[in-house]
Amino acid sequence: MNWLGRLAAVAAEGAEDIRGGGFWMPQSASTTAPEVDFVFYFILAISAFFFVLIVALTALFVVRYRARPGHSEQDSPTHNTALELTWSIIPSILVLMMFWFGFKAYMDQYNPPANAYEILVEAQKWNWSFQYPNGYIDKDLHVPAGTPVRLVLTSQDVIHSFFVPAFRVKKDVVPGRYNKVWFEATQPGSYVVFCTEYCGTGHSDMLAHVIVHPPGEFEAWLEKAANFLDTLPPAEAGKLLYEQRGCTQCHSVDGSPRVGPTFKGIWGHEVKLRDGSTVPVDEDYLRESIVDPQAKVVDGFDPVMPTYAGRLKDKEITYIIEYLKSLGEEQP
Amino acid sequence: MTTLDASVPRPAQRPASDRDNYLTHARGFLSWAFTLDHKRIGVMYLVSTLGAFLLGGLLAMLIRTELLTPGPTVIDADTYNNVFTLHGAIMIFLFLIPVIPAALGNFVLPLMLGAKDVAFPRMNLLSYWIYATGGIMLLGVLLTGGLDTGWTFYTPYSTTTNTSVGLATLAVFILGFGNIFTGVNFITTIHKLRLPGQTWSKLPLFIWAQYATSVIQILATPVLGITVLLIFIERVMGVGIFDPNLGGDPVLYQHFFWFYSHPAVYIMVLPAMGVISELISVFSRKPIFGYKAIAGSSLAIAIVGFFVWGHHMFTSGQSNLAGTIFSILTYAVAIPSAIKVFNWVATMYKGNIRLDAPMIYALSFLWLFGIGGLTGLFLGNLGVDLHLHDTYFVVAHFHYVMVGGTLAAFLGALHYWWPKMFGRMYNEPLARICAVLVFLGFNLTFFVQFIAGTKGMPRRYFNYLPEFTVYHQISSAGAFLTGLAFFIILYYLLVSLVRGRPAPANPWGGATLEWQTTSPPHPHNFPEPPVLTGPYEFSALVFDEEVGGYVLRPERAGGAPSGAEGHR
Ligand code: HEC
Ligand SMILES: [Cu+2]
Ligand SMILES: [Cu+2]
Repeated sequence: MNWLGRLAAVAAEGAEDIRGGGFWMPQSASTTAPEVDFVFYFILAISAFFFVLIVALTALFVVRYRARPGHSEQDSPTHNTALELTWSIIPSILVLMMFWFGFKAYMDQYNPPANAYEILVEAQKWNWSFQYPNGYIDKDLHVPAGTPVRLVLTSQDVIHSFFVPAFRVKKDVVPGRYNKVWFEATQPGSYVVFCTEYCGTGHSDMLAHVIVHPPGEFEAWLEKAANFLDTLPPAEAGKLLYEQRGCTQCHSVDGSPRVGPTFKGIWGHEVKLRDGSTVPVDEDYLRESIVDPQAKVVDGFDPVMPTYAGRLKDKEITYIIEYLKSLGEEQP
Repeated sequence: MTTLDASVPRPAQRPASDRDNYLTHARGFLSWAFTLDHKRIGVMYLVSTLGAFLLGGLLAMLIRTELLTPGPTVIDADTYNNVFTLHGAIMIFLFLIPVIPAALGNFVLPLMLGAKDVAFPRMNLLSYWIYATGGIMLLGVLLTGGLDTGWTFYTPYSTTTNTSVGLATLAVFILGFGNIFTGVNFITTIHKLRLPGQTWSKLPLFIWAQYATSVIQILATPVLGITVLLIFIERVMGVGIFDPNLGGDPVLYQHFFWFYSHPAVYIMVLPAMGVISELISVFSRKPIFGYKAIAGSSLAIAIVGFFVWGHHMFTSGQSNLAGTIFSILTYAVAIPSAIKVFNWVATMYKGNIRLDAPMIYALSFLWLFGIGGLTGLFLGNLGVDLHLHDTYFVVAHFHYVMVGGTLAAFLGALHYWWPKMFGRMYNEPLARICAVLVFLGFNLTFFVQFIAGTKGMPRRYFNYLPEFTVYHQISSAGAFLTGLAFFIILYYLLVSLVRGRPAPANPWGGATLEWQTTSPPHPHNFPEPPVLTGPYEFSALVFDEEVGGYVLRPERAGGAPSGAEGHR
């Protein structure tokens, strides 16, 4: 009862989130999505036809020719060249059509228009960073509607994959390579980004959003976002950076352990390192831990933290240190 | 030939009770561990692969329990990653790949050829022990740090994670030799040990399928062996092969891996198709329709299947030209599979169809493998795969192929040959109910996954967005139902061993040669050479009320083996 009730509630809730989608495909919000959907439904129709054909024939034969008193098998040819050619050639033609439509959809997704707006995407365990032409970095992907956007994808560590279901766009993010993908969003709104290449502990939490701004509002947003940090007190700016740049994926501020140590109450205390020595937690240590994490590895943890050298500006590191300090000060 | 035939005593005329059979012929652990009898080796494989299936199945239940709710339900993310990795690795390497060829094939293949054993009995025993060693090593990762790479071992994740990848890759390397040896053995046996007069066009289609499978095993498995060895070398010696930080290329790994692992799909599916050819024709009492087309398409699949591996990599950044070629070839390999399905359906036409448990499994194979194959058309499509790749659509697709296909065929085959293997009949009504339960539970589990995947639900996700909850809960309910059915199957099969009705030599009326020997067979298979009949020549058989099974018509049984007449 209870379980069924919850199921119904969840189904209703889900219906809202998969806005505009049909029974199969989710909502469609890019210029190339309808083309992919067309191929999908084309294949679906043909598959459904053949599936129903097979089921109907087997069911018919089972009923008509079932073993029963007075019934026995009757002779029929053991092969029939014309029939066999027919059921080889017709499917061959159909799959060639499928191939052709799919090929066209793929090439349209592959070749970006010349005037595309370029954004650099960096994946790491387990978050995304989107860097805009003016150097600003955000954890979400903001784009203008109605403008082709080209992403240049690269990874800090293992392979990840960039997937936006609403855009029907997916591309692996491979370390040591620059993979590219483009799309043109049609509807302002917010859409989920998944990581679809298995990358370890936080793989299923490696989400981001594509926020599609109405035409004309994107530039204003970018300008404001880029200067926003400097308008805040340092510790608050640090908190924002801490959340935006993926530290939360591995660290907590409430004392709970994750892949990395918690920052609750470490400021001013000593930490024990892997080699048995201890170091006091001060500004220099924190800075070193961020820029060169492998130099001093905390006892009980694996050296999996990526370096942020060159990825956080000096000023930003200082903000983060201020934030981490502020966590310590709250402690008695 | 007539002289040879006359010189052999006719043990079939002795009472059933004092017939010597391969199970009772020798006793004790060592008589099994060092047996050279292909039937006993087949049984050892059967028990081991079923053990692996039980373990892999329990892990599947744990996965489905965890996914009942978003976020942590019963285990944490790292444990989950270990569980799905081991589920995949165990099911593929320890169950699906060996189960039909090594367990059932070992038992049946020499019998179908009228042979005394496989060509290299010692090598056959070695295959088993290699399998056992590799299997134990693979399970050893449970005690030595787990394995969290996914069964695909993608680099650079697998070369940098601190779980037990070294041991796992060595295990896979070793397991490969078992497969290669089995393949060599079967090919040689099929070439050299056929009954005189049993020409290639008189081979059962199960044999053709095993032949095609063996070819793939021999050609593809070494590539997997080398690939996992390279991972081992990279991890242990820091040689840069796949890790870009050491100057390697991670996408190269994917090429190597799928060069084996796509053909491996056919290692798992072709023997299943062979089984289905036997079951459909026996339970329809009709010769198989389009024998040549079915046999030929097995070979076509085996060959073309080697050139489609890149369809796993449409999103990886491989060149457009490569993607295009792989997509076309993938569509090309769909045609022979489609032809087989049409042939099976046509075989039932004007038949006399009996819905015994093996036939129910065969029919569910037709439908489920139909869905598995048809959904492959979506994934082989360049444009659509960009959306569906690495989502639950893929998970559902390969489970329809592997479980709906291979597992259904295996269960059908197990029920079909069970009386031959152990000389006992199982509880047929219960078996039919379970076959239907497996079918329903399976569809409940996996059909919703197509929908979830199309909506964007990625695979290998410990946590998921709340809007996917309903799909996951339906899927889990289906999994529990399927799991229950498997336990009932296990129960009545075990019961049949003690209390089952003794099986006649030929309970189903199969025309292939294994049905001419006693159930269970004599240690040397055929005390006298079997009478060669066509593999689907059901007119040579009549039902004998007294025996409770089928026997050769007197005019075919006596005198010179009639096979010699049809023999050029
Ligand atoms: C992939 C996971 C991961 C991410 C992302 C990550 N860290 Fe870490 N971090 C770790 C681990 C593991 C350790 C402990 C081992 C070590 O010292 O290298 C650590 C250690 C630290 C330490 C030393 C802590 C102590 O208790 O001594 C600091 C400071 C730190 N990280 C800051 C950051 C900041 C700031 C960010 C975001 C800009 C960040 N980390 C992102 C995993 C991560
Ligand atoms: Cu990931
Ligand atoms: Cu494949």
